[in-house]
Amino acid sequence: MIDVEGLTRYYGEKRAISDVSFHVNKGEILGLLGPNAAGKTTTMRILTCYMPPTSGSATVGGYDIFEQSMDVRRITGYLPENPPLYTELTVDDYLLFVAQLKGIEKSRLKSEIDTVIEKAALGDVRHRIIGKLSKGYKQRVGLAQSLLNNPQIIILDEPTVGLDPKQIIEIRELIKNLRGDHTVILSSHILPEVEQTCERVVIINEGRVVAEDTPENLTNRLRGSERIIMQVEGSEETVKKTLQPIADIQNITVKPENNGLVRVEVESDKDVRKELANAVVKNGLGLLELTVDRFTLEDIFLHLTTKEEEVA
Amino acid sequence: MKAISAIFNKEFKLFFYSPIAYVILALFTALTGVFFYLYLSSFVEAAFMDMIRSQQYRMAPQKFNVNLMLIRPYFWNIALISLFTLPLITMRLFSEEKRLGTVELLYTSPITPTQIIVGKFLAGLAYYVVLLLPTMFFHAILFLYGDPEFMPVLSGYIGLILMGASFISMGLFISTLTENQIIAAIGGFAAALLLWVIGWGSSFAGPTLAPILNYVSIITHFEDFAQGVIDTQHIAYYILFSFTGIYLSLKSIESVKWRA
Repeated sequence: MIDVEGLTRYYGEKRAISDVSFHVNKGEILGLLGPNAAGKTTTMRILTCYMPPTSGSATVGGYDIFEQSMDVRRITGYLPENPPLYTELTVDDYLLFVAQLKGIEKSRLKSEIDTVIEKAALGDVRHRIIGKLSKGYKQRVGLAQSLLNNPQIIILDEPTVGLDPKQIIEIRELIKNLRGDHTVILSSHILPEVEQTCERVVIINEGRVVAEDTPENLTNRLRGSERIIMQVEGSEETVKKTLQPIADIQNITVKPENNGLVRVEVESDKDVRKELANAVVKNGLGLLELTVDRFTLEDIFLHLTTKEEEVA
Repeated sequence: MKAISAIFNKEFKLFFYSPIAYVILALFTALTGVFFYLYLSSFVEAAFMDMIRSQQYRMAPQKFNVNLMLIRPYFWNIALISLFTLPLITMRLFSEEKRLGTVELLYTSPITPTQIIVGKFLAGLAYYVVLLLPTMFFHAILFLYGDPEFMPVLSGYIGLILMGASFISMGLFISTLTENQIIAAIGGFAAALLLWVIGWGSSFAGPTLAPILNYVSIITHFEDFAQGVIDTQHIAYYILFSFTGIYLSLKSIESVKWRA
């Protein structure tokens, strides 16, 4: 649905993105992940025809962003980082204006607006002035605007930034509900958000794509060095002696904690949880806790972005 | 066309949603009202004095021409007040979009820069016509109690609207250059004033430069309209001026979009 090929964009001397390429399938939610100033907004602005790239090309819904810019804009809904709201208009007036901009026919105006108001749960505030609304409502008005005319492609730039936890959950639910009917690109620097809402993730750092995969695969990629963490009752030496003979353990560290407890960290490329538990119990030591420390997207993100820094 | 009317409606609505529009309207009406009162009372006084004199000396009273003595200088006055007021109308037309970030909405919607600019220009012009409505009411008083000629009044308004269109297109262009409304207002005001007074220089300039300065000056073209003469030369000047302003605005927003 969206094909991005070698996008590069300079702001004067400064390079914002360089050679960004990725692909989004129809009905998929893609997360653009990266620290601030990584080039997420620039990429999105190019895809929505707000500005052209310095080089590279992209097609959105089969339309070229240069040659068929009007078609791209017609089928795309866009929520910029700062929702583009006229603070003096009421929600209804504002949506009416955007609907007219998008060229919705007169006969469909009302039903279109009603639909997005319902989707974004704005029924209570539709007659209120936007400037007087809370940040969460403003964000939802921005989102409602991007949903007008039922666009095939929706591009959301940091849709949950500045919202409280409850509002964040609401917006995420809303975005999840778009799956299937719409193709969505969503940018964020918040990892759990991308992990929860997106089917695929593109990680951008310093203007370059450093990884592209599903959240699960990205997590698995670093799984080779999975850690098992245990809390065991017993002295440092006995615990070490008991556990060391187990096969497939690459590395083990034992640190004493309070109340005669020790914290054990085991690194292994096989699942040795059963063997560990058996060994502890057989030797009469108390097993209080055993967890697998999976690498979260956060670790991968940090891993990838710090690695990138070293290269540069 | 639909997109132009969408922009026009939004812009016109926004004028009246913000307090600025009412402040400007009140200010403009008060100023034009005061000047109308002053012109009218001095006219009435002159006519009255003449009546007394004619009775004293048993002569026929003079015929006082309302068009010449009142309406013509009053139009000049409205034009001058417009010069101060129009930058306040145009200042927000584009700067506001930049400040609010709504340019991102406009540029990513399926509309062309021409539609945006034309819609905004027309909205500014429509608001100017609203501003002129109270002065029409003042003129109506003259028709109620006197018998001025109608055509010079009509030509005066045509001149005002054409001149207003020129100022608005120029103000719109300046508004596309900055996201600060104050700068847009001051810039628009300075440019309008410069184009106004540039004609004064013609009295010092040489024989080649003088007619050029005179031609460029936005006010010399208004003179004939105030006198009741509709000359295509002046209409052409104002229309050309407006088109230039619209064209420059267009290039300005396109260049922002393409700037690397």
